[in-house]
This record gives sequence, C-alpha cells and structure tokens, in this order.
Amino acid sequence: MSDARTSVFEAGEGGPVERSQAVVAYEASEVRKRRVRLVLQLVVGIAILGFWQIASGTLVDRFFISSPIAVGQELFDWVVEGTLWRHLSITLYAMIWGFTLGSLIGFTLGFIFGRSETVAAVFDPYITALYCIPKIALAPLFIMWFGIGIESKIAMSATIVFFLVFLNTYSGVRDVSPIYIHATRIMGASQWQLLRTVIAPSAAAWVLTGLKVSVPYSLIGVVVGEFMSSNRGIGFLIAQASGLFDTAAVFSGLVVLALVGAGMNAALKRIEKYLLRWRG
Amino acid sequence: MSIVVDQVVKRFVSRGREVLALENVDLEIEDGEFVAFVGPSGCGKSTLLNMFAGILSPNSGTILHDGRTIEGINRRVGYMTQADSLLPWRTVLRNVQLPLELQGVGRREAQSRARALLEKVDLAGFADHFPIELSGGMRKRVAIAQVLVYDPGTLLMDEPLGALDAQLKVIMQAELMRIWEETGKTVVFVTHDLVEAITLAQRVIVFSGRPGRIKHIARIDIPRPRDVFKVRFQPEFQQYYEALWAELAPEISKGEAV
Repeated sequence: MSDARTSVFEAGEGGPVERSQAVVAYEASEVRKRRVRLVLQLVVGIAILGFWQIASGTLVDRFFISSPIAVGQELFDWVVEGTLWRHLSITLYAMIWGFTLGSLIGFTLGFIFGRSETVAAVFDPYITALYCIPKIALAPLFIMWFGIGIESKIAMSATIVFFLVFLNTYSGVRDVSPIYIHATRIMGASQWQLLRTVIAPSAAAWVLTGLKVSVPYSLIGVVVGEFMSSNRGIGFLIAQASGLFDTAAVFSGLVVLALVGAGMNAALKRIEKYLLRWRG
Repeated sequence: MSIVVDQVVKRFVSRGREVLALENVDLEIEDGEFVAFVGPSGCGKSTLLNMFAGILSPNSGTILHDGRTIEGINRRVGYMTQADSLLPWRTVLRNVQLPLELQGVGRREAQSRARALLEKVDLAGFADHFPIELSGGMRKRVAIAQVLVYDPGTLLMDEPLGALDAQLKVIMQAELMRIWEETGKTVVFVTHDLVEAITLAQRVIVFSGRPGRIKHIARIDIPRPRDVFKVRFQPEFQQYYEALWAELAPEISKGEAV
C-alpha cells in the first residue's frame, strides 16, 4: 500500500529526456528547409535585379529607372566620398531620437491608460481625433515650432511612433489575463510588484509588435521632414537628386532607406525572440 | 482553532438583482484539519473560500483566522485554483520563487527554498523550463510547490484538480495526501466531486443551493493512511457516499429546476 503512495511519479519525469535519433533527424530536416529557402530568396533577388538591368534602356528609358549597376556605382561613390555617412548619420540620429522619444511616451501613456479605465474613457475621443489626423499634415506646424533643424524631424518621427506604440501598449495592458493578476495579488504583490512581474511581461508581446511596426514609420517621419526643409540627410539627398533628374542617386537613397529599415527590424526581431522565448 | 466563521452573510448585486450567496454561515475548522466543501454550483462555497483568502469581505458576520479577523488580502494562506495561474514568461524555478520574491526574501534564500520544494514534487530537473514545456500534471505540481514554498499554515484549494483527467487526478490526490500528512497544514478543499471529498477529507461539508447555507457535516472516519487508489472500494466508503449523496442530490436538482 505504501509503495503506491510514495512512488507515484515514475523515473524519467525527474529530468528532461535525452535527444533521440528522431529529434536529430527532425532538426536536420529543419536546417535543410531553411537552406533551401535562403537559396530561393537569393534567386528571386538576382532575378529581379537582372530583369531591371536588362529592362533598363530597352523596355524603359534609362532616364526613369536607371539601372542596378549605375545605382551600385553611385552608392560606391557615396561611400568613398563620405557623402553616405554625412547624410545617413543625421537621418539615423533623428530617427533614433524620434523612435526613442515616441515609444517612451507612447509606452508610458499606454500603460497609464491601460490601468485606469476612467483616464482612458475621458481622453478617448481626443486621442481618436488626434490619431485620425494624417501625421504628415503636422509637418508644417512642427517646422514653425521647432525650426528647420533636426528638432522638427525628431518631432515628426516621434509623433508617428507615439501613436503606434501607445495603442499597442494600451491593448497589451488591457489584455493581461485576470487570472495572473488575481493569483499574484493573493501571493501578496503590491501594485508596483504587479506591474513589474505580471503586467509588463504580459504586455511585452504587444509592445514589441508596436515597436516593430514603428520602425519604418519613424523613418517616414524623418524623411518627410527632410523633404520639406533641410540641407542634410537621406531625404535631402533624394529630394536634391530628383531636382537634378539624377535617377541613380534617387534610387541609391531609396536603397539606403530600405537597408536601414530592414536592419532595425532584424535587430528588433532578435530582441523579440529573446524576450518572448517563453512562448516556445 | 484555525478558522472560525461566525454568522457570515454575503450578498452580490448582479444585473440589477440582489443575490444572497451565503446566509448566516457558522463553521469552525481545526488546526491541521482537512476539510472539503461540496455543493451545487453557485452555492457560495468558492465565495467562502475567497473570504478566507481576503479577496472578498462579508456583508455581515466575522471570520477569524488564527484568532485574527481577516482584513484585506490574507497572506497567511496559500491559495490554489483550478485555473493554470503559473506565469508563462517565468521559468519553473522563478515561478516557485515568486511568492518569496514578493515578500522581500533575498534572491539566494528564495532560490534555495524554491529548489528544495521542486525536489519535493519531483521536478528538480525542470527548474529552468518554461511552463509551456510541461504537461498539465507537472504544471499542477509546480503550482503546489509555489503554494508550499512560503510555508503558509493554511492551504485553500478551489477545485485545484478539476481540470485534470481522471487518472492524473488520482495521482495528484495521492500527492496532496502525502504532503498534507507530512506537513500537517490546515486544508480547505472545494470540490464538486464527492468521491474526491470523501477520499481526502476528515470532514465533508455539504452546502445547500442558493442561498448558500451549511446543510450537513459528515465526519469521515476511514482510517489513515488512506490509499487514494483503493479507498473508494471499501464498504464504509460506499456508506459515506450514499449518505452524502442523499444530502447533496436534492440541492443539485433544486438548482437545475430554477
């Protein structure tokens, strides 16, 4: 009788199981799948560039679409002459500030709104109204307020990022399961501890989504600002090149923007993967 | 005396109607006693448990726990519910540590106490796993470790095994029995399963349908240690079952008729 009572758990549950052959084979097949996809991605990329190169000057006038080789040459010159860094640094600087400010304010307000139903209800119509303004339309106002320097670009970028992060954080905080809140309260958590141990980690998935979506928008904010009035920055380069009908330079600017956005996104994806590793 | 309930009344307002959940309930639970609450759903048995935990307060009457009136969250109890309340973003070890962390116990001590408890529920090898990587039964054992880690004198359990399949349920009952016998804690166990109540408890308390009142109290004198796998086949078990069912059945049909 006592045997059954003391050894109800069989051996093997005491620790994780070893990797079996089937596991090894499965993992190998996953690696193969990833490799095939990578190769296909490269093939598609090369095909697009190749088509562009061939079409340029034959199907479409070179004046409108330049060509990959010309764009590559232009980019190379930019790097060698230091043009790239001179303009890219200012755009990145404005973008990072806009992104950081916008997401910090959005995160904080999203949190407060998410925790207080009254605050959320009172401010809701105003937030909605502001949200509905096309943010680009604020650019002239920001230039009046902050001048034609970098501050107006940061403000532009931060405004766009703010709404995205704010709305996502708000939803994330509202979405926290009451089961976790209840259980942690019973264990004796204070409001602050509750925030730290339950609400913040639970909302993290939403917040990260908001941040990821914000990356390209923070670039939009800065570039629009640079289009309107500036003498440095990738946006300025593009505007200037189009004024000179230099299509290769316009495309080069676009390529740089695409690379910056993709790089930031990849970095955030890494962070997300680490922070949300508990989702398995 | 661990818990003394004196003339407790609890009302709720829902959808513009007043519902009397508990009406003049009196009850005394001894130190180290294992008590089971059974009754139809909505009879107020979980409400009473929530009042022991200090999540709800009575409209009138008093509840004493270890001689003190319960006011606000009662940190001297461990509370386990049917819901899977482990935080999915914390590893097993950090989940078990959580109540200690919240009470300001140092990280080192918290960790070693949590590890000791994981050892006790046979999950030492899973300390660094996330809950999603565990089976339902393993998660329940982590939850048990989490309630035991800060060593509360009283355990409140609201259908803790309700979500488990029949076999696992019996295994977990055995585990619970073993822990109770080892630690001598007071356990208040809410269940809708009469077999579970008779198997585990020293006293089974039957609640009437709404308004919740204590209808009947049965002392279960089946000798210990009980073998949870076999006790249900003993003749005296059958007698308790029939007697309690006779008390419970009309309450359940009463609820259904409304």
